[in-house]
Amino acid sequence: MTEIPTTSAFTPERLAKVKEIIARYPEGRQKSALLPVLHLAQEQWGWLSSEVMDQVAELLSIEPIEVYEVATFYTMFHLQPVGKHVIEYCRTGPCCLMGAEGVYDHLQARLGIKTGQTTPDGLFTLKEVECLAACGWGPVFQIREKYYMNLTNEKVDSILDELSK
Amino acid sequence: MAIKILTEHSHIPGIETFDVYRKNGGYTALEKAIKTMSPEEVVEEAKKSGVRGRGGAGFPMGMKWGFLAKPEGVPRYLVCNADESEPGTFKDHYLMKTIPHLLIEGMIISSYALGANKSFIYVRGELMYVIQILEKAIAEATANGLLGNNILGSGYDLELVVQPGGGAYICGEETALLESLEGKRGNPRNKPPFPAVKGLYQSPTVVNNVESIANMAWIINHGGEAYASVGIGRSTGTKLISASGHIKKPGVYEIELGLSVEEFMNSDEYCGGIRDGHHLKALVAGGSSVPIIPAHLVYKTANGEDRLMSYESLSDGGFATGTMLGSGGFIVFDETACIVRNTWNFSRFYHHESCGQCSPCREGTGWMEKVLHRLEHGHGSMHDIDLLVDVAKKIEGNTICPLGDAAAWPVASAIRHFREEFEWHVSHPKEATLPGAVYKGAAVLA
Ligand SMILES: Cc1cc2nc3c(=O)[nH]c(=O)nc-3n(C[C@H](O)[C@H](O)[C@H](O)COP(=O)(O)O)c2cc1C
Ligand code: SF4
Repeated sequence: MTEIPTTSAFTPERLAKVKEIIARYPEGRQKSALLPVLHLAQEQWGWLSSEVMDQVAELLSIEPIEVYEVATFYTMFHLQPVGKHVIEYCRTGPCCLMGAEGVYDHLQARLGIKTGQTTPDGLFTLKEVECLAACGWGPVFQIREKYYMNLTNEKVDSILDELSK
Repeated sequence: MAIKILTEHSHIPGIETFDVYRKNGGYTALEKAIKTMSPEEVVEEAKKSGVRGRGGAGFPMGMKWGFLAKPEGVPRYLVCNADESEPGTFKDHYLMKTIPHLLIEGMIISSYALGANKSFIYVRGELMYVIQILEKAIAEATANGLLGNNILGSGYDLELVVQPGGGAYICGEETALLESLEGKRGNPRNKPPFPAVKGLYQSPTVVNNVESIANMAWIINHGGEAYASVGIGRSTGTKLISASGHIKKPGVYEIELGLSVEEFMNSDEYCGGIRDGHHLKALVAGGSSVPIIPAHLVYKTANGEDRLMSYESLSDGGFATGTMLGSGGFIVFDETACIVRNTWNFSRFYHHESCGQCSPCREGTGWMEKVLHRLEHGHGSMHDIDLLVDVAKKIEGNTICPLGDAAAWPVASAIRHFREEFEWHVSHPKEATLPGAVYKGAAVLA
């Protein structure tokens, strides 16, 4: 689970980045920065607590409710603490044709957890997602910005071994 | 060799960098447009090319540009739709990561044509690594005087912003995308007003797909008429096809529109045929939202004509016997695929992705998923099959945005063509629920 207290502030580098993002939009349209700033926040804290979302609201001069309603709409945002590596696994039709269901069974067995759960050591959280726009390269999952494609049971094992080191 | 308009240079090492792209003729179209053409002349070339929107609906791009309102003193926006979330579609992902400058060049040319000084590329948030590639390309173009203030000394200014989504298929719908870009939930807007009149920040806006815009460099270099001479009839130019499923060579291929489906499926240049030892059972030709067709309607239309990769030929026969080109997501099923399971999977997708604004879509997609789950897991009844048809009919045409239709068509077409397979799940629940079980009675092509 995440070690960083969610009451802490954005790092100075990220604060500078927030300012840079806000400047991309026309005057008075700073709310457009919401999604990119939420991504930035999730990068720092791993998930979005209400304290973090309140901070974002303040930075963008909008109401906290405007942040909550957006954070709950989009599936990439984690509203609960998650493990160090969140494995987002595609469960949609084309990947299933490429054998995704069998590989997913293996992944769950190997980690000893089911969809939505986190391993007891806090290393991995497993999440099923819809199509990742990589259908011909399936089965596929992603961890942060990295795509892992053409997965097989063996490939899954070596990725997990690598990330467990 | 088949003509390549978008991918001619995609195999050149380093083509993602400015220098290599430039050495291979990159940004010459931009120079030509900005130095020698008026914005209206650029729009004219887009019109002449006949290029149709590659995001799924196939609306002529030049005509759309012609509708853009131009009130005095109000900014206009161009927004590129790079949300690519339609199951079976991964061509924009491929194009942006492989040859990002082609999109950037297209964006600058198109923004110039429309008189936009700030344009956006809205990329699905999961593709964060692609966003980084695009931002790097933008920085390179800016450093070389092709973006920013006074581009090539023309007095034209443009800023390009890459915006990440947050994980929501519905944000591919253009008005949901604009809401999302304004920092809101992705709820599609009621139309009218259309984005061409009131779009981003209530200003006139054009939304176009990545592939549509990427065509502009070639169109400017060679002329709209040359583009229109490629392809067949009103399906002008080339199309990127995302091929997945039970074929030998899944991947993204650029084809000239009008190529026969049989050649695309079986030639070594493209899909390479069905996997060894297996047989074609069904095809979804244009992404999960379009109707599925059985093997006997894949290579030939119901009239016995060759089926071609074009807007017209793929939809020949309408919903009774045709499908659609859509976004070009070509999903191939062999005899090991269970149509009921796949239909349930797609329904779950649409239910998950419905924004929930309209009750026919919100409730209907939920019902369809539930009933299909029941059928797939051996608890269904014959009545359930008719219930599905009924629910699909009630969603179709009764919603704010086309996601409702997109959810209904795959279900209606699967039952239309594979009804026996659904009935078998009801009559043989034990057999049908064994791992990997598939109905053996469906016709396949040897
Ligand atoms: C539910 C839904 C999802 C869509 N997803 C996409 C998408 O991911 N990419 C895209 O370009 N168009 C998508 N569209 C189509 C857009 O609304 C719009 O027509 C398109 O971006 C216009 O660009 P084009 O004319 O260049 O195709 C979607 C439409 C609907 C109804
Ligand atoms: S049809 Fe569905 S996705 Fe589209 S606006 Fe209505 S509820 Fe939302």
